[in-house]
Amino acid sequence: MNTREFKTDLPVLLPVGAGQKPEPLPRLKIWHGAALALFCLLSSTIGFAQTGETRAPVFDVLIRWMPLLLQGFIFNLVISVCAMAVGTAVGAMLGIGQISLNGWVRKFAWTITQFFRNAPWLVLLFFAMFLLPFQLRIGGLTIPLPDWLKAIIGLSLPVMANVSEIVRGAVTSLPSGQWEAAESLAYTRRQTLWLIILPQCVKRMLPPWMNLYSILTMATVLASIVGVSEIMTLTGQALAAEGGRPELLAPFYLFVLLLFFIYCYPIARWTVYLEKKFAVKG
Amino acid sequence: MEAFFEWFRVLYDETGINLPFLYDSYDRGRMFDGFMMTIRLSVVCLFFSIIIGMIGAWLQGSSFKWTRRLVNGYIQLFRNTPPLVQLYFFYFAIGSLLPKVATEYGGEAPALGSFAWAVISLSFFAGAFNVEIFRSGIEAVPESTVEAAEALGFSRFQIYKDITLPLAFRVILPALNNNLVNLVKTTTLAYAIAVPEMLYEANQIWSDNVNVTEMMLFLLLAYFVLVGLLVWAMNRWERAMKIPGYGA
Repeated sequence: MNTREFKTDLPVLLPVGAGQKPEPLPRLKIWHGAALALFCLLSSTIGFAQTGETRAPVFDVLIRWMPLLLQGFIFNLVISVCAMAVGTAVGAMLGIGQISLNGWVRKFAWTITQFFRNAPWLVLLFFAMFLLPFQLRIGGLTIPLPDWLKAIIGLSLPVMANVSEIVRGAVTSLPSGQWEAAESLAYTRRQTLWLIILPQCVKRMLPPWMNLYSILTMATVLASIVGVSEIMTLTGQALAAEGGRPELLAPFYLFVLLLFFIYCYPIARWTVYLEKKFAVKG
Repeated sequence: MEAFFEWFRVLYDETGINLPFLYDSYDRGRMFDGFMMTIRLSVVCLFFSIIIGMIGAWLQGSSFKWTRRLVNGYIQLFRNTPPLVQLYFFYFAIGSLLPKVATEYGGEAPALGSFAWAVISLSFFAGAFNVEIFRSGIEAVPESTVEAAEALGFSRFQIYKDITLPLAFRVILPALNNNLVNLVKTTTLAYAIAVPEMLYEANQIWSDNVNVTEMMLFLLLAYFVLVGLLVWAMNRWERAMKIPGYGA
């Protein structure tokens, strides 16, 4: 008798995420651009009307500070790329340590990973900021540690722990048949890992890794709390330089939000696309 | 108990390891208040973010194109911008637009304090994630189950309450727990608008006592234990709620 006969087409629950279609992106048309331009024009005139003639209109002020804010934003991106590079390098090693055959290495890597994964990003940033010396002396060589370098170290700690978990998750998600097949072909463990397991993992690791990068980019503004002169600090200074006018607050913060949105949203879309593309059929 | 606390004063005198939040009753009170504030903030934000998630998931099933687009816009906007800037935007930009109310001391105070804005901002941030989570759970309940309930004479609300939600809840629990853990970690951001939570109080203590190293290590350990306990409890709950044979 065929077991298929017992298969019911009335499942208790459907697999999560199956058959859900994301809302298609609204297409931009010419009238959208016209409406946006009109809105900008109107809002700046309203700002002008509110402020009177002695003060510059809100929109002009924003335009004036824009180059500085964009510089700050690029600094944020530099911090995020550096922290991601450091975090990925160390995290990958930790992740491989988590699947080591040596019990002590495994426990050590697991403890480090869990510790830095459970701590809030801001606390880790404070940790790096206050506990690292402002310069390192190695023999006669003095290496200064400016605050942005400390911020990179502080942000790379949680990235490291998360990358470690991504690597471990990807390796354990591979079917055990891959290991057994490699063993039967007389590959050593090292060869299996480097030639068979890890190349397959890259595909699985890419979407969560990109997601992590997006989270990291959004976390770089935390560095403003500990005094690195990135976009949030510069925004605060620009607002102070304009005399703390309350009507400037909303446009400036919205501008910062917009910058991050323009940068992070394509990454998020691309991540979803890759997830769909790499998804195992079945 | 007092002898135990006094031991830390001796420790400070003998070794220089300064833990004032243990031997000094004032600092102990501050640290405890900070801890309770972190928990209060987490619980209140969790409550509101789940409500936002439920309403958002319901609105996403709407037949109006623009309602769905609006909810999607909200989700994408809050997911792809830094929570700290959102917090600043709410607290400084929108907070300054609100009318001021007279206080009992005769002065003026903003209508909403920093705690309220932290709750609003963090709830919207976590809620954006919850909407997607809830929707995926509701979609996992098969149409035929709902139809079967309809055939048995359940009303629409009964179906939602007794059939869809209990089933969906088990599916979304892992994702929901993940979000909850993230929320607890994100409450540290409230430090930036001076909500007296754990990080803020620790900062006050190390400013007074100049013992950054000890406080920093304690803070890391405290969060590690707090989040670790939460993760452990949630994992146990997940295992207890697991549907046999469903998923890997």
